[in-house]
Amino acid sequence: MSVPPLPEAPEDALSEAARTATKQPRAARLLPRPRLGGLVPWVIAILIALVVVAAAGGLSLRNLAASARADLASAITVQVIEPNPDLRAERGKAAVAVLQGIDLVRAVRLVPQDELAALLEPWLGAAATSGDVPIPVLVDVELTRNAAPAELAAIETTLAAAVPGVRVDAQSDWLKPVYRALEALQWLALGLIALVALATAAAVWLASRNALAQHRETVEIIHLLGGTDSQITRIFLGTVLREAAFGALVGTALGLAAVWLLGQQFAALDSGMAGGGALAAVDWVAIAGVPIAGVLLALATARLTIALALKGML
Amino acid sequence: MSERSAEIVKFDNVGLRYGTDPEVLSNLSFTLYPGSFYFLTGASGAGKTSLLKLLYLAQRPSRGAIRMFGQDLMTMPRERLPDLRRRLGVVFQNFRLVPHLTAFDNVALPLRLAGADEGRVIKAVSDMLDWVGLAHRAQAIPATMSGGEQQRVAIARAVIARPRMLIADEPTGNVDPEMALKLLRLFEALNNRVGTTVVVATHDVHLLKKVPDSLIMRLNKGQLSDPTGALRYPPRPGGGA
Repeated sequence: MSVPPLPEAPEDALSEAARTATKQPRAARLLPRPRLGGLVPWVIAILIALVVVAAAGGLSLRNLAASARADLASAITVQVIEPNPDLRAERGKAAVAVLQGIDLVRAVRLVPQDELAALLEPWLGAAATSGDVPIPVLVDVELTRNAAPAELAAIETTLAAAVPGVRVDAQSDWLKPVYRALEALQWLALGLIALVALATAAAVWLASRNALAQHRETVEIIHLLGGTDSQITRIFLGTVLREAAFGALVGTALGLAAVWLLGQQFAALDSGMAGGGALAAVDWVAIAGVPIAGVLLALATARLTIALALKGML
Repeated sequence: MSERSAEIVKFDNVGLRYGTDPEVLSNLSFTLYPGSFYFLTGASGAGKTSLLKLLYLAQRPSRGAIRMFGQDLMTMPRERLPDLRRRLGVVFQNFRLVPHLTAFDNVALPLRLAGADEGRVIKAVSDMLDWVGLAHRAQAIPATMSGGEQQRVAIARAVIARPRMLIADEPTGNVDPEMALKLLRLFEALNNRVGTTVVVATHDVHLLKKVPDSLIMRLNKGQLSDPTGALRYPPRPGGGA
């Protein structure tokens, strides 16, 4: 009886091949592509879309706060409070003169009474222009730089010595609650991103375990025929890469569409403040990193899950 | 050559239990030598498949010590098991073909896992499938194959990489007598020409007589008996036929 021509497989050669097998891109042909589960790419897509929107929102808020701070940090308002209109006007001019002599001051503008009246009319009505209500004189002051609290106090002292009834307000103080709210929103966006990352990892963890359980018999056979953990892991990681990349691309497209729509809405407000929240090139680069980070997170989670599961097998 | 370096497998007082059940294998102590042909016999439930699982590294023993190819399995980290498994060829009782792969890819699996060149894989697998009479079924998946065809694919897969030890659990149970004899001759050829140690579990007494130089190990209720001198050193060929 004839014997089949068995392949040459000297022990040393086979051992060498075995040692290098994990470096060869052949594992994908060992098994059909396992599936993580039909919905997993779409779950990843939704989560990535949420992260893109949250990241864009967080970055926009950061830009908005930075822009507002830059505009207001070096500005103060001086009020001259005096019931007598003539004296008030005289003291206003005196305050302007004192301010113009201070080195830290770049520009001074006495806000015209008409402008003040127009600003107050929505609240005070006709009283704003009647003269019955003593409206303080306001002086807008632009400083050469962002002043420290001690410097502001020094300006106020200098003014008070020359002009009675004067008060100095740093404009940025008025917006502190707004800054705090913006900061809280940024932290909220960051927290949302962290939670979504956690949810993504959990989804991939569950899907990887299910895929492994579904193919457990095949994985056991591969092990018994001499397959290594890394060969098996590579098969599954190939699937995770494909499905996570698909989900990440779809999610990014959805997220960017949502960001674009929101951007259009804010642009329609034609507000200078909203304009300060525009995303810069570096922000878009950061947003482009979201799908890449998502895929890497999925791969790392799947690798860890599969490695732990395989260690439980002989 | 010393006795120790000549051994392929050495069991020392090995026991196996599943969970908290009583031991299915007890106090097994024996040695398998290179180039020998062993039949493992015993009634159903005697523990043949459990013993084979220990041999093909699908199970760790509950107690005792096992050395294989000179290495202590009890202290060996699992990362090194694939290297040992690649020296084994296994015909599983229920074939255990990968259901999604074709006959060709199933047979090619051990070579591909070992990182063999694809050209060599194609040639070797084609020749092997031709020899077991399944060249025309190369692209068939297991679900569409008969039991006999699946068994021949499983045997082709077990021998394709010229294993140093071939372990077969009832390898001729689903094939006709002519094919059974042909497969047995393949095992003999591996044994004689390549020096592969062969362990065949069977309860077919007629099969034992067809390999005159074979040695017999008999399992009875998890205990190994040595009716023919198979477990002594040097082994006494033909003792069981």
